[in-house]
Amino acid sequence: MKSKKEFSPFIYILPAAIIVLFFRFIPIVLSFILSFFNWTIRGPEGFIAFENYIKLFKDAQFWHSLINTFYLAVFVVPITLILSLFFANLLNKVKKLSGFFRTTYFIPTVTSLVAISIVWKLIFSPQSGLMNSFLSIFGIHGLGWLSESRGVFDLLLGTVGINLTHWLKILATQTGASFSMLYIIFGGPSLALFAIIIVCIWRGMGYNTIVYLAGLQNIPEIYYEAAEIDGASKFKQFFKITVPLISPTTFYVLLMTTITTFQVFSQVYLMTGPPVGGPLGTTKVIVYYIYDTGLGEAMDLSYASTIALVLFFIILSLTLLQKRLEKKVHY
Amino acid sequence: MFKKILGKSFSYSMLIVCGLVMVTPFLWMVTTSVKSQSEINKGSSGFIPLETVSYVERENGDKEYIEIIVDEGELSVVNIYDKTRKNFRESFVKVPTAKIHTKRQLKFHFNNFAQAFNKVPFGRYFLNTIFVSFCVVLGVLLTSSLAAYAFARMRFKGRDFIFYLFISMMMVPQPIYLIPSYYLLTKIGWVNTYWALIIPWVTNIFSIFLLRQQFKTVPQDLFDAATIDGCSRFGILWRIILPISKPILATTAIFAFIGSWNSFMWPLVMTSSDKIRVLQVGLSYFAQESSSSTALLMSASAFSIAPLLILFLFAQKQIISSFVSSGLKG
Repeated sequence: MKSKKEFSPFIYILPAAIIVLFFRFIPIVLSFILSFFNWTIRGPEGFIAFENYIKLFKDAQFWHSLINTFYLAVFVVPITLILSLFFANLLNKVKKLSGFFRTTYFIPTVTSLVAISIVWKLIFSPQSGLMNSFLSIFGIHGLGWLSESRGVFDLLLGTVGINLTHWLKILATQTGASFSMLYIIFGGPSLALFAIIIVCIWRGMGYNTIVYLAGLQNIPEIYYEAAEIDGASKFKQFFKITVPLISPTTFYVLLMTTITTFQVFSQVYLMTGPPVGGPLGTTKVIVYYIYDTGLGEAMDLSYASTIALVLFFIILSLTLLQKRLEKKVHY
Repeated sequence: MFKKILGKSFSYSMLIVCGLVMVTPFLWMVTTSVKSQSEINKGSSGFIPLETVSYVERENGDKEYIEIIVDEGELSVVNIYDKTRKNFRESFVKVPTAKIHTKRQLKFHFNNFAQAFNKVPFGRYFLNTIFVSFCVVLGVLLTSSLAAYAFARMRFKGRDFIFYLFISMMMVPQPIYLIPSYYLLTKIGWVNTYWALIIPWVTNIFSIFLLRQQFKTVPQDLFDAATIDGCSRFGILWRIILPISKPILATTAIFAFIGSWNSFMWPLVMTSSDKIRVLQVGLSYFAQESSSSTALLMSASAFSIAPLLILFLFAQKQIISSFVSSGLKG
C-alpha cells in the first residue's frame, strides 16, 4: 500500500507558506530591525539603537495622535457595544421582517470605506450637507464639523457658559504644563474627530448587532421561562440572564471593535483635509501618522516602523488584557 | 395584550429608525448624484432632486423656458431654450423681469454618471479591480485548500507549530507590516505592478483556518475507502473533499473577493501609476481632485459600490454568516 509515490505534506503547505513568509513574517521581523536603524528607502544608514524610541517619547505629534486614537476608541467602543446589544435584542424579539432588517443593517459593512467616507464628508458639509439641515430642525445651526478643531467638551461647556480655555490657561501657568497639551486632553475630541467617531459607530454597529443576535439566539429560552414564573421583570431578566450569558460575545465585540478602531485610516485620510490630519491635526490618528511618517514627504521608514511597533504592542496588550478579564468573568 | 402590542410597536419603530439611519447616507448619495451642481451649491440638501426653472408665458399660454444671465431690476437678460430644453433658441434677449415666473420641479441629471465615469479612467480602474480580485480569489482558493488539507488530514513534524505560527501572523494588523512590505517590494521592483497587488494576498490565513475546520469533519472511513480503491492523496482532495466542501469554498471566495475589492490602504501605498490603479484608489484621487463637484463625486461613489451591493443582495445570507464567523471586517 505504502509503495505509491505521494507528495510530501510540505508540498501542500509550500505555496501558502512562501506567501506568509515573504509578506507577513519577514516584514514583521523587519519592522523590529528597522526601528533600531536609521533606514531610508535607499537602505540602512547606520545602527542608532534606541534613538527612535527616545524621539518617539518626546514627539508631541505622536502623543497627540495617540490621544486622538484613544478618544476615538473611548467613544466608539462603548457606544457601538450598547447600541448593538440594544438592537440585537429588538431583532431577537421580532419575527416578521427580521431578515430584511438584518440585510439593511449589514449594508455599511460590505461597502467600501472609501465611498462611505466620501459620502459622509459631504453629509458633514456645512452648507449643503444633510447633517446640518437635519440639526437645523432642532435649532442648531452652522456647525463646522470637519473643519472645527475645538474639542467637544469645550464646546459643550461653552453652551452653559463655562470658558474652558480660560481655566486651562490658568492651570497651564500654575503647573507649567503646555496649554496645547492640556487642551488636547481636557478639551476632548475635536468636533472633526467626533464626526469620524459617528462614522465609525455607524459603520460598525450593523455588523456587531448581527454578531450579538447570533449570541442571543444561543441562550436557551427555558431560562427566560423560569424567570417569568419566578416573576422577574423584563428589565431584571435582561440584566440577570441576557447580560451574563452574552458576555463571551461581549468580549469578542469589545476586542474586535477596539482593534478596528485603533486601525482607523481611510475615514481620516478621506474625510478631513486638506490638510489631511484634520484641523490642527486633531483627527490625525496613529495609523495615519504611521502612513504620513513612512510614506509622506519625510519617508522615514525606521521612525514609522517604531510607531507601528508601539501600536502593535498596544493592540497586543489590549488583547491579552481582555483575554484575562474574559477568564475571570466566565459563566 | 395591550402591553404586548405596545412593546412590539416600540421594537418595530426603533428597528425602522435604525434601518433608516443605516440606509440614509446611501439614499442621499443616490439622490445627490442626480442633482445639478448649481442646485447643490445653492445649499439644497434635501432628498428630492428639485430644481428651480424660470420661464416666460406667451400670450397663447405656452411656456418658454429660459436661463437668466443677468437680473437687473426691471429688465433681465436671458437665454431662451428650444423645445428640447437642452440648447438655446435665442441668446441674450431682454425680458421685463416682472414677466419671468419660476417654479420648482423634479429633474434628474442622469448624465452625471457618464460625466463622472469619463472624467478619469474609471473603466480602466474597474478592469484593474476585477482582474486583481479575480486573481486573488483564485489564489486564495488554491493555496488555502492545499494548506488546509495538509493541516487537517496529514501527520508530519512541526505541523501544529507551523499552523500556530500562521494563526499568530493573522492577528498582526496590516499597518504594522505595511512600511517594511513597501520597502521589500521596492527592492524586488514590484511597486507599481500588478504583482504587488496580487501576490501578497493570494493566501489568506483565515481561509486556511476555515477550510481546515471543514476538512476535519470529513469521516475517516471515506479516506480509507478511497485509499483502498487506489486514490492518491491529491486525488482524495480533488475528487472527494473539494466537491463536498463547495459551500465553504464559496464563502471563502466571496470573502476574498469583498476583501480585495474594498482594500484601500495597501493599493494606495503600493501603486502610483494611473494604469494599474484600482477602483478604491482611483475614487480617492477623484475625491481629492474634484472635491467641489459634489454631484459627480456622488455618482462615482454610487457606481463604485454598485457591483458589491448587487453581489451582497444576491448572496446576503452567505455573506452575513461568513462575516460573522470570521470576525474580520474591512
